[in-house]
Amino acid sequence: MSGLSILDELEQIATSAASELDTLESEEALLAWRNAYFGKNALVVKAFSLLGTLPPAERPLVGQAANRAKVALEAAYTQRAQALKEAALARSLAGESLDITLPGRPVQRGRLHPDTQILRELLDIFSDMGFQVFQSREVETDEYNFQLLNFPVGHPARDMQDTYFMDVADRGDNPLVLRTHTSPGQIRVMREISSLNPVDPPPVRVIVPGMVYRYEQVDVRHETQFDQLEGLAVGEGITFSDLKGTLTDMARRLFGPDARTRFRASYFPFTEPSAEFDIQCFQCKGAGCGVCGGGWLEIGGSGMVHPNVLRNGGYDPGRFTGFAFGFGVQRIAMLRYGINDIRYFWDNDLRFLEQF
Amino acid sequence: MKAPLSWLRDFVEIDMPVARLAHLVTMAGMEVEEIRIIGLPLPEPGSTTAHVSGLAWDREKIVAAEVTEVMPHPNADRLVLCRLFDGKEDHIVLTGAPNLYEFKGIGLLTPPLKVAYAKEGAQLYDGHQEGNVLTTLKRTKIRGVESYSMICSEKELGISDEHEGIMFLDPAVAAGTPLVDILGDAVLDVNLLPSFARCASILGLAREIAAITGKALTTPKFTPPPEIGSAAYATLEITDPQLNPRFVLGLIRDVQIQASPLHVQHRLKLAGMRPINNMVDATNYAMLELGEPLHAFDYDVLQKRAGGKPVKIITRTARNGETLVTLDNIDRKLDENTILVCDEAGILSLAGVMGGLESEVTDTTRNILLEGATWNMINIRRTARAQNLPSEASYRFTRGVHPAMAETGVRRGLDLMKLWANGTPDALLVDAYPQPKSAPVVEITPTDVKRWLGLDLNVLTIAELLARLEFKIEVSGDTVRAACPDHRMDIGEGITGKADLIEEVARIHGYDNIPETRMADILPLQQGNPQLLHTERTRDLLVALGLQEIISYRWTTPEKEGRRLPKTAAGDDKPYLRIANPLAYEKAFLRHSVLASLLDTAERNSRHAARLAFFEIGPVFLHSEDPSGLPDELQRLSILLAGQRSLQGWQKADTGAMDFFDLKGIIEDLLEGLDIPDVDFQLSDHLGFHPGKCATVRAGGKQLGVIGEIHPAVRERYDWGDTFKSPILAADLDMDLLLSLVPELTRTRDVPSFPAVIEDLAIVLDETIPAVESEKLIRQVGGKLLAELHLFDVFRGGQIGSGKKSLAYRLTYQAPDRTLTDNEVSQVRNRIIKRLDQELGAKLRS
Repeated sequence: MSGLSILDELEQIATSAASELDTLESEEALLAWRNAYFGKNALVVKAFSLLGTLPPAERPLVGQAANRAKVALEAAYTQRAQALKEAALARSLAGESLDITLPGRPVQRGRLHPDTQILRELLDIFSDMGFQVFQSREVETDEYNFQLLNFPVGHPARDMQDTYFMDVADRGDNPLVLRTHTSPGQIRVMREISSLNPVDPPPVRVIVPGMVYRYEQVDVRHETQFDQLEGLAVGEGITFSDLKGTLTDMARRLFGPDARTRFRASYFPFTEPSAEFDIQCFQCKGAGCGVCGGGWLEIGGSGMVHPNVLRNGGYDPGRFTGFAFGFGVQRIAMLRYGINDIRYFWDNDLRFLEQF
Repeated sequence: MKAPLSWLRDFVEIDMPVARLAHLVTMAGMEVEEIRIIGLPLPEPGSTTAHVSGLAWDREKIVAAEVTEVMPHPNADRLVLCRLFDGKEDHIVLTGAPNLYEFKGIGLLTPPLKVAYAKEGAQLYDGHQEGNVLTTLKRTKIRGVESYSMICSEKELGISDEHEGIMFLDPAVAAGTPLVDILGDAVLDVNLLPSFARCASILGLAREIAAITGKALTTPKFTPPPEIGSAAYATLEITDPQLNPRFVLGLIRDVQIQASPLHVQHRLKLAGMRPINNMVDATNYAMLELGEPLHAFDYDVLQKRAGGKPVKIITRTARNGETLVTLDNIDRKLDENTILVCDEAGILSLAGVMGGLESEVTDTTRNILLEGATWNMINIRRTARAQNLPSEASYRFTRGVHPAMAETGVRRGLDLMKLWANGTPDALLVDAYPQPKSAPVVEITPTDVKRWLGLDLNVLTIAELLARLEFKIEVSGDTVRAACPDHRMDIGEGITGKADLIEEVARIHGYDNIPETRMADILPLQQGNPQLLHTERTRDLLVALGLQEIISYRWTTPEKEGRRLPKTAAGDDKPYLRIANPLAYEKAFLRHSVLASLLDTAERNSRHAARLAFFEIGPVFLHSEDPSGLPDELQRLSILLAGQRSLQGWQKADTGAMDFFDLKGIIEDLLEGLDIPDVDFQLSDHLGFHPGKCATVRAGGKQLGVIGEIHPAVRERYDWGDTFKSPILAADLDMDLLLSLVPELTRTRDVPSFPAVIEDLAIVLDETIPAVESEKLIRQVGGKLLAELHLFDVFRGGQIGSGKKSLAYRLTYQAPDRTLTDNEVSQVRNRIIKRLDQELGAKLRS
């Protein structure tokens, strides 16, 4: 072959091979193409061995042309191979499309009881203010549940707390009761802490969560067993204004920065002054609505610890003051979670519990 | 306590809408539960938290009118036609009121009758329906006579339930006057807390209103009062001044018993009492006004009983077995707590609670002996409860009435009797007051107020606030000396008195006006609370393991809890703590078992849940020998699993029922999560559990509790419906012990940095050898180089042979400081194989 005819042929092959490549659709065809144009007998390969047969003047020309053709075909091949691979992946992905509207695989998630959830939130709030948790027993003596809290035997204030009495052998004026409030914890914690140093008792700042019991018919809003949270702060500079500030801080943490509280004069034998505290309705912002009635939500009782109670706890009321408060944990949970019926809490129906 | 606004106005000026007044009174500690509107405009919705009831009267359509003639109805005997003048024109009005029959057909009435007249379109309550049903007066024909208006009964106007007859008005009112201008009113129903006993009267509430609103209080003026002295008509003997601090008697002669004046009857009705006659009404009126319950005796009966001797009144407690027929005609047995008013012939009345039938005032009574006394509130409370006799009198006496009120009350009662019944009071009152109560005097300073309330008030402001409540005040320097007024019993002495006065200062100043502050006092010593921390950690671990937390009622019954044991078992042998006054038998016993609570919960939920997996941490209550007599409250952790292992989605899932090993896995994970070391499980037999699928869990050699499958015979004692077939797995653990085993500190292993050699080892051994034995041995021989051991297969049958099992372990060898050589590993492996053979007869599986 002459150098010129080789040049012609190379040019022709480069063009036809390239256009042939574009028609190939499979791995096999690609392989056959490669064997055809890069095999032992393919001109782009053979051209180099033919160089020696050509006149020296033509050799560089043909050599360069053969090299150009080879590089061009290699590049075309790589490109085509890549395109085919991408097309194949695209086809395969297209076939793998899911109905993403099918439901996910069920997971066995455990849940805390809503009472525990709200209680933890409350404990966090008070713990940030330095209140520590103190736990106290559920079956109490009349002495701790009433007498030491300034409810004398036979006092009309006892009518405010309908009481379950335990059926035990005659204990005179000190029967066993199911605690009607967490307030016996006030006496127990004050005695425990003041006994550390009776002459100069350390200050107290605790919350006492726990189950309490009232002899009361059960309905949508009233339970006979419910969880209460008691707070107690005793020191040499504790004031009613601190009580207001503390409960307002709690309200803000629970119901947002605009939450407001209201304190109404009231009576509890173990506090003086005593106050009921309300939180402005978060739904209507005080205008009055179906949730609150008159714009305010009744939350709990509070007040300055009565001098007799301080004394019973080992604190000299001439030197120490204190505040105390208590409220129903379910009440807060019902407001926060929009629960309509207090009886759901201890009924343990999974269809209720699984919503939390 | 029901207080009509019109009556309060006898003592204090009220110049604000009733909703505003109710709000102020509520904020000061006297919760207004209901506002009952009598004719006045109704408060704006949302303006009060109190319940609002009642009817507003249209000024044009409901007016006073005069009936000038009552004529028979042509077609009906029981109806009459009234000629009525409404201030502008005459009408003929039809009515069936029986209290007009006596005027029928007697011609023109002089003076005319004054009545409440409603015109067409007026809104009234329907007199013929139960309760208060609103209706609008429409034009209609009754028995051929056109009717478009009516003469109203009290019920139709919302004043009382009285519908028998029409209401008569004071003869002095002018026809045409809007009725609301004559009788418009509002009644506040106030819920009085025990410390507000002084407000159980119109005057008491008026005093608070005056103090809160800063208005002057008009104290009642009586006609010149009789003197206290030694009267001939009666003598007094108080046996125990603790039970009967004071007793005052007055006598009024020649009373004419008849109905009280209309306005008196009207007030009594609004205050919730039924008018009887002018004598009984006088005692009730005085009680409502001043708070001192009075009792009227027929003096002639007492004289007769005395048989010519002077009347002597004696107070004492009842002797066992004594009885009295009270004025409700019930023969009552009396106990030794009951205080009695007696004469020398016997018992006259239950002191402070109810009078006796014999000495009751009747229509023929001429002379009245009037009692005003004070009693020990605890005894009265016991008697009112024991005899089931709540009354207006016992309501007040059980909250405490100041002895000073006995005298004031009798004076007021005599005054009213004289006014309404033309009686002549004796010039002398008889008084027994053996130990006069001294008024507490308390000193407070602005420093006290600041210390308690965090509020800066100057000494004059404090003095002024207390003076509004009728404390007698002296100010010297920075000190306010306040003497308690004669109507209140709730002010103590010393530091208690100080607290009492500070409350009054805060209340009258307004709680709203006290600032909000953050505690500036020193923060107490902060301590850890491992008990709480680890309890919450336990909850979190169990929730992470897929369990739902539950919280149950603490009460149960022995029968209900007994179901957790086989029927044939003797049951729970420990005595239950029982509630003396339960709501129901089902709520009478404190539980012994949290597991029983879980089984009950599982039973209830099995109808609608395919998978039950929950836990409870809570107390059980057991009798203890503690000298306090208090029971032990022991914390338990119980877990229950039953039903599908996984919830069924649309894909294939492991829908097998949970078994012993699901539960064991949770327990292992929990204990590991709490870092509790030395845990083992021992096959054991527990009442209520499947004998072959039950284990005692131990940690550090202590028994934590039991886990296993509930005995099929116990399972049968619960109702699982038709579809729930799976076994019930349960754990019952000692939570107190569990918490005590959680180590204070733990140590974390380093992550290995040299490669591991992993090998599988399958052995065949006798079925009777527990898997834990081979595992222990492999670990023991493997020593430090055996970093992990994992059992991945248990196989029985096939070529293994009967009575044998194959256990396949994956062993991970690793050293913390070097790459292990093949030689090192094979040495350990060979030792393990040899020892397994020697000690357990275990062969390598070929």
